[in-house]
Amino acid sequence: MPEKQKGVLLRKDSVKTTKLKVGLGACGIAAGANEVYNELVRYVSTKKIPVMVEKTGCIGMCHNEPLVEIESEKEGRILLGNITQKNIDTIIDEYMEKQTVNPKYIVAGSDYITEHDGFFKKQVRIVLDNCGRINPESIDEYIEMNGYKALHHAIKNMTPDDIIDEVKKSGLRGRGGAGFHTGSKWNFTKQAPGDEKYLICNADEGDPGAFMDRSTLEGDPHAIIEGMTIAAFAVGAKLGYIYVRAEYPLAVKRLEIALDQAREHGFLGSNILKTSFSFDIRIKEGAGAFVCGEETALLASLEGRRGLPRIRPPFPATSGLWDKPTNINNVETYANIPRIILNGSEWYSSHGTEHSKGTKVFALAGKINKGGLIEVPMGITLREIVYDIGGGIKSGKRFKAVQMGGPSGGCIPESLLDTVIDYDSVTRTGAIMGSGGMVVMDEDTCMVEVARFFLDFTQQESCGKCTFCRIGTKRMLEILERITRGEGVKNDIEHLEQLALGVKSGSLCGLGQTAPNPVLTTLKYFREEYEAHINERRCPGGQCKNLISYIIIPDNCVGCGVCLKNCPVNAISGEKKEPHIINQDICTKCGICMDSCKFDAVDIKR
Amino acid sequence: MSKPDLEPALTIIESENVKPGSLITILQKIQTQYGYLPKKILEIISRRIDIPAAKVLGAASFYSQFKFEESGKNVIKVCHGTACHISGASKILGFLEDHLKITDGETTDDKLFTIERVACLGCCSLAPVMMINDTTYGRLTLDKLRKVINHYRKEGQSNA
Repeated sequence: MPEKQKGVLLRKDSVKTTKLKVGLGACGIAAGANEVYNELVRYVSTKKIPVMVEKTGCIGMCHNEPLVEIESEKEGRILLGNITQKNIDTIIDEYMEKQTVNPKYIVAGSDYITEHDGFFKKQVRIVLDNCGRINPESIDEYIEMNGYKALHHAIKNMTPDDIIDEVKKSGLRGRGGAGFHTGSKWNFTKQAPGDEKYLICNADEGDPGAFMDRSTLEGDPHAIIEGMTIAAFAVGAKLGYIYVRAEYPLAVKRLEIALDQAREHGFLGSNILKTSFSFDIRIKEGAGAFVCGEETALLASLEGRRGLPRIRPPFPATSGLWDKPTNINNVETYANIPRIILNGSEWYSSHGTEHSKGTKVFALAGKINKGGLIEVPMGITLREIVYDIGGGIKSGKRFKAVQMGGPSGGCIPESLLDTVIDYDSVTRTGAIMGSGGMVVMDEDTCMVEVARFFLDFTQQESCGKCTFCRIGTKRMLEILERITRGEGVKNDIEHLEQLALGVKSGSLCGLGQTAPNPVLTTLKYFREEYEAHINERRCPGGQCKNLISYIIIPDNCVGCGVCLKNCPVNAISGEKKEPHIINQDICTKCGICMDSCKFDAVDIKR
Repeated sequence: MSKPDLEPALTIIESENVKPGSLITILQKIQTQYGYLPKKILEIISRRIDIPAAKVLGAASFYSQFKFEESGKNVIKVCHGTACHISGASKILGFLEDHLKITDGETTDDKLFTIERVACLGCCSLAPVMMINDTTYGRLTLDKLRKVINHYRKEGQSNA
């Protein structure tokens, strides 16, 4: 059954109706937003409350999911957090009666000061402007927000060269991570000989710890379609593909809806806006291979083959899909295009630094108080992101590092927190801008273990085509596994460094060339942790099982017996109301005792 | 194991084979239909779209999405993205393995559960996260995990 697109309108008295918008991105849904939405619809219709209940995409404040926004002419916008199907009815009743909401639910609002205000204050929303504001399944709402105006302007008033010039002047660089100038890339494809050209949107967001593209696809799919169509007009492509991860079913569904709507409205398909320009988009679901984020591997996958990368040149701009000129950009890059065309390159380049213009979307997660989907101007510092937007580290712990760029990136330490976000400054730290994954780590994170984690990932995802990547990452992983097991030997660090440099310089594609980055950056900034593992058999982060032990602090233990009951291997003993003891010979270090103790009586001996 | 019904597979192949490069899409649709890729059907695909069986299997085995054995009724995907990893994803996996007495990639004897360790489900701010079939569970604790698994077990037993 098709879902209603406009929400439930119960009294058509005026456009000034109060709107209730439920954030239904994949995160919100996982936190229970669907249940909140269904309850709202049920309650509002049974009680005949004169409000509209609407769906919207990711509002961004993931740490307070599920989120509901109340929007009314009189009261402005109020964002409510931690809403459940149990508390929503009372909240609505109170709001309808007194136009007030219990402050404990208010997380942001035009007339309110909340502890969460820092979260939005330093953000600049260009790509995410519509995300969490409009119903992503409604083209009308997109059009209301000036949607498809840029396409209209581009096709009717600009030549392909004008568009490419405008994008060049805006300074937009590829948001997939490498940071190549978008306008120049388009020009290569346009200049390439041949009539048959393709356009691809790389939505194979494979970095663990990244969800920017998913949120954009789910929250504002039309912006990507509009950006792609403008790009197709500029480079001369007639067919486009969105290569999207199969793990993102909601994004696929919303894209399908949006594509159909765009075709119905004449923004896509034959004779777009009644001109001679025709362009259509197909969705291809990836099948789970990280290497397919690399553009030549992606092309092989699109052609139905194993996703093996190949040597460049030739670049896809001259020989891409089916050996035809092909332009490939990432989701966020395309989503920027309509805004650049509509507001002009000058406006766009007024944001950012000398060599990195505009904004960047990040998925802020990890041991941080206020994680979520954020968009910041280039030039902001990491410190501002972690402390002003993210609200600092969870549970009063100490900051240790921020990981940028996923398996291709690196860990940036506290001493470099004043690094500004732009392509060049981030690269200088040894990390990369990447596609936007930003995972914050605290004192309880073991940096050697983090390096092992990423190497384990890249080693598994290495396609096996070239020796340096296939065998080099395997050998590096073996050393890291040994160190984290507490069996590190002298010269392990030197061997790791030697291998890392070899894999970096000898690998065929980006996966291998960047795979050593997590190891190199942790060796550079957290070398003492490696040395503690190898020389002292000690894990300062308290994570490596062989190097730690769980102990019970007798002074804190009340002898409640919860840990004893929960221990899966019966390693804990003790009389009721007496301090308990863990038998180290039996303990498997699963940590269940620590999680189940309500008195902070279980500690890790590092 | 009973022999798979070939009819739906033939329909899928016929309808998709019109576009070039359709092999992966065909495999995806076959897997949605059957829950895995039966060997017999891979052979049929090879003949119908005129690609050597080795190449069909080569493509299928390259991508982690494709399974060659039937999965359990409930597929538990345990996220091992960076945020989940540092928030205790290994504990979640360890608990499930102990509790269900299977390891990553295996299916319980009663065919009720399969555990899969996956790279990233993209719900990082709710870490640690897992997905059972199409439902995502976030902010997991061992307590919550136990409740969720028991719920599926009860549901499975009452439907059995």
